Amino acid sequence: MSEQALPMARQRLAIAEPTAWERLVTNRNWLGFWFMMPAAAILILFLAYPLFLGVWLSFTDTRIGRDGVFIGLENYEWLSEDSIFLQSIFNTVLYTAVASIVKFALGLYLALLLNERVPFKAIVRSIVLIPFIVPTVLSALAFWWIYDTQFSIISWSLKQLGLLDTNIDFLGNPFNARVSVIIANIWRGVPFVAITLLAGLQTVSPSLYEAATLDGATRWQIFRYITYPLLTPIIAVVMTFSVLFTFTDFQLIWVLTRGGPVNATHLMATLSYQRAILGGRLGEGAAIATAMIPFLILAIMVSFYGLQKRKWQQGENND
Amino acid sequence: MTDTSLKAVNNDDHSVGMDYLEKLSSRLVTLYLPLGIIMVSLLFPFYWMALTAIKPDDQLLDFARVNPFWTTAPTFKHIYKLLFESQYPLWLWNTMYVAVCATMLSIIASVMAAYSIVRLRYKGAQLVGMLIFLAYLVPPSILFIPLASVIYSYGLFDSPLALILVYPTILIPFSTWLLMGYFKSIPYELEECALIDGATRWQILTRIVLPLAIPGLISAFIFSFTLCWNEFIYALTFLSSNENKTIPVAIVNEFVDGDIYRWGSLMAGALMGSLPLVILYAFFVEHYVSAMTGAVKE
Repeated sequence: MSEQALPMARQRLAIAEPTAWERLVTNRNWLGFWFMMPAAAILILFLAYPLFLGVWLSFTDTRIGRDGVFIGLENYEWLSEDSIFLQSIFNTVLYTAVASIVKFALGLYLALLLNERVPFKAIVRSIVLIPFIVPTVLSALAFWWIYDTQFSIISWSLKQLGLLDTNIDFLGNPFNARVSVIIANIWRGVPFVAITLLAGLQTVSPSLYEAATLDGATRWQIFRYITYPLLTPIIAVVMTFSVLFTFTDFQLIWVLTRGGPVNATHLMATLSYQRAILGGRLGEGAAIATAMIPFLILAIMVSFYGLQKRKWQQGENND
Repeated sequence: MTDTSLKAVNNDDHSVGMDYLEKLSSRLVTLYLPLGIIMVSLLFPFYWMALTAIKPDDQLLDFARVNPFWTTAPTFKHIYKLLFESQYPLWLWNTMYVAVCATMLSIIASVMAAYSIVRLRYKGAQLVGMLIFLAYLVPPSILFIPLASVIYSYGLFDSPLALILVYPTILIPFSTWLLMGYFKSIPYELEECALIDGATRWQILTRIVLPLAIPGLISAFIFSFTLCWNEFIYALTFLSSNENKTIPVAIVNEFVDGDIYRWGSLMAGALMGSLPLVILYAFFVEHYVSAMTGAVKE
């Protein structure tokens, strides 16, 4: 190998100016360009371009099979008076807020439990992650069966225990349907939050806990003044993802309720699918989808702010 | 004398750290009980799915005569029907095909992108890294409408190729971010030696960096594969003919009819669609966890 390389290197020394071809294959910036090509091509063609196309479509009256013309803000004006759209915003915010808060609380609690000395810890941890592995649609089908009006296992069990006289209409009335889909979403999201937070917890040095215990700190104080501050950065990232994916959720709702009953569980994503793909009004659907962007940016900003605040605190406390 | 007795005490005590502060009874209430409840609730839907899939029709809905939490006469009828009398194997194949191709494509693109961002450090590498992270945050729900029209105009509608090309938009940002972390941990000196020996960048990547980053590659592969398998909204939008569908879409569209006994076949479909992933996961738990946490930690 080196015997081959040596004459090559000599050759290169002999030529003072690198040729254009050599520059293309050895120059750092050109090489970087070649290496980035595949990823960049896919991301530009199928992510960046559609993102802008989506915003553009929202200003047109495009329908499936017919090119639209620019109509300015008409879609948004029409949507701002559409009670179903306004309700879907409300639903989405409610769904995201409740599900994320509970996911965070339960996930953190589960992570703290798993961080204790538990027998068969590795197995327990792998089992906890299973809801996250199984495709959402398929576990949503299991929930659909559990929420069945007539043959729900939950209703049956509660009736056997004597707590209930009639079946619960899980997906039939607006309030129950909302609670049911939120519970299914929490069930699916808790493992992700728990396992990622557990990874964060494991990086906290045990000597900090020992020192705090020697100083007479209670369990709550240890959590509040050691675990929580050290965990803040990872919490910010995990919750950003959690909020992002909950806000744009589609699969669970589509399988369980398709937005019903009386649009009580319609999220912005399901509504935009219904209007754009099933209804054929691509422009209007794109407007609904575009309307999600400000909320997403807000969520990301909040978490970045959370991160930065943490860094600032660290600087102040540690240096 | 005292030293040895102390050692003996230490050897008897298998507890770690500050565990001696806790009694078994308190651990039972504060640890095992809540952990048990959470585990049971996390697993119950699967148990119920699997149980329904192997219950005979007459026990499926009759809770009064037979205890619904168990079945006395397990049957493989639903699974047999699924595998031999429906198009399920075809859908399974479609899902596998799309997932493997999209994952391979993404891994290749991500390896090159991650390596060049971390090691070539070309002009603007930092910015590109940031943009890729932002791409990670763009959810499919806001892209599927414009993508549908893009796919249509490229003539890819109702073709698995559409999914193979679109799924990498989800996978590349994730894998690149994950692999950047792995590549950073490989000592730069190794590459310097190879550079001095006259290796090209491509040789360095394939002969030195990749063999050292195999755990990262496995993590990225497994996680990407799972994401593909799980993806729903693109598959629902871009595929229309029955024989091209992937499992999640096919089950939702084809198995959901008015039949009161449909639950058996529906749950069998869900079970068979989940099993491949669960088995894969069982073999690579550690890689899976490191993929999930690695991408978040950065």
